Amino acid sequence: MRGVSIAGVGLTQVSEHWERSLAELFVEAAVKAVDDAGVEDLEAIYISNSGAPYIQRQLNLGAMMADGLGEAGVPAITIEAGAAGGAVAFQEGVKAVASGLYDRVLVGGVEKVSDATPEEIAVFLSMPEDQEYTAYTGITNFGLNALIYRYYMERFGVRQEDIAMLAVRCHEHAEGCPHAMYPFKLSLERILSSPMEADPIHVLECSGIGDGAAAVIIQPSKGVSGEVEVAGYSTTTDLTHITERPDILTFEAVRRASDKALRMAGISRGDVDVVELHDETTITGIISLEDMGFAEKGKGATLFTGEKLAEERRLHVNTFGGLKARGNPVGATGLYQIVEIVMQLKGEAGRCQVDKPEIGLAQSIGGLASTCAITILRRH
Amino acid sequence: MSLSVPRYWREIRYRYRLIGERCTRCGGLYYPRRAICPRCGSRELEEYQLSDRGRIVSWTVIRNPPKDYERFAPYVVALVELEDGVKILSQIVDVEPEEVKAGMRVEATFRKIREDGTSGIIEYGYKFRPPIESKQDLS
Ligand SMILES: [Zn+2]
Repeated sequence: MRGVSIAGVGLTQVSEHWERSLAELFVEAAVKAVDDAGVEDLEAIYISNSGAPYIQRQLNLGAMMADGLGEAGVPAITIEAGAAGGAVAFQEGVKAVASGLYDRVLVGGVEKVSDATPEEIAVFLSMPEDQEYTAYTGITNFGLNALIYRYYMERFGVRQEDIAMLAVRCHEHAEGCPHAMYPFKLSLERILSSPMEADPIHVLECSGIGDGAAAVIIQPSKGVSGEVEVAGYSTTTDLTHITERPDILTFEAVRRASDKALRMAGISRGDVDVVELHDETTITGIISLEDMGFAEKGKGATLFTGEKLAEERRLHVNTFGGLKARGNPVGATGLYQIVEIVMQLKGEAGRCQVDKPEIGLAQSIGGLASTCAITILRRH
Repeated sequence: MSLSVPRYWREIRYRYRLIGERCTRCGGLYYPRRAICPRCGSRELEEYQLSDRGRIVSWTVIRNPPKDYERFAPYVVALVELEDGVKILSQIVDVEPEEVKAGMRVEATFRKIREDGTSGIIEYGYKFRPPIESKQDLS
């Protein structure tokens, strides 16, 4: 297998893009990535999207997006894995380049939720869960997060004020991010006095669901200094019903995928400088950090409650605001994370830049972590 | 998206009567039903009648419901551990959200789950409620 690098990236702001279509969003991000990489004639396109079959009643995105990009003729494949789809599509593209099959591949994620009503969005967001016995009860994705949130506080004796600090930190980081959906600070008081979404989760503890597209161009590694290489990756799954999991506070898929990706990269957790985390809600982010091994079980929130966290621990989390503040365009979210890690490693993160990171990790989950995709990138 | 009649009909037996599956090799109990035991890999599973009583492990109140559930909101959904150890997700009814707590005893009851507009199909199935005989003692 060959080494694989990222040759170019592109993204749109996460927002409510009322005036743009699904294809227009995709093409904007894809053209930016193509121009950034300076490539012509793509050999294959991998697309991640979750909502189009339900929200736009659109199938066959492969042909549609390839055509929109002026690339009709190339193989184009759509991949869906809930909110982990962007990362899963990326990893499939990487495998195709690593195998020697293709030299120039575009992987793009696109989502457009603003075409749906709030009740339809609630249906859409619960679609990664089993429809017959989970969504059937009327529980939403945020409601499932709420079940584990309450249980977590009770089991570990952790206060909501500490867990919600993750959202405060995300908004601090997003303030300098031009592509963020909510680029402003929010106080803990403001977050915890917002209306309830699904008790005990407040609306402002939930990720900002929005429209967006992100894309990358991947190619074989050239071995030149400054190049961003794909160091390790893994996608794993877990039991889909949380009722069947031995411990509802452990995301087994996150544990397995992070172990495998770190082993593939030949690094330990302490080597990671930047993490882009799947904070669908604050508690999902906290448990994910614990299951990736960055904090002890029950202690994830302590990563965000100290004043000088980043300096002390040298671990930077959600440097552009994460799903909370950069926003969560579901099927595109995993690609936003990967693009952001590339920007950090290349020193092109603007006001969000952290000090000379070399290794970044993106963590994406689909459903309540029934799918987890971990991707590790390294600056050559 | 309209509710589908065949799809509703297919699950009636399992939803109306809380029928899951038991692995004949390792004794694992499952709800919903499965073709293969995830614990031992056996394909020999038999129907199993779940206990209709249990206790609340954790719960939430859904404030922003999905389409077709609007008329019930706000409603409580809980993770319930049944007396036989099987866990199930269910709405909790006949109790105010403020009165729900961890460890609370509940029993299965038969209710309307959702309806597809005013002329579409109406789905029924299980919800859980505090046991009738202990209405005064909610602990
Ligand atoms: Zn078995």
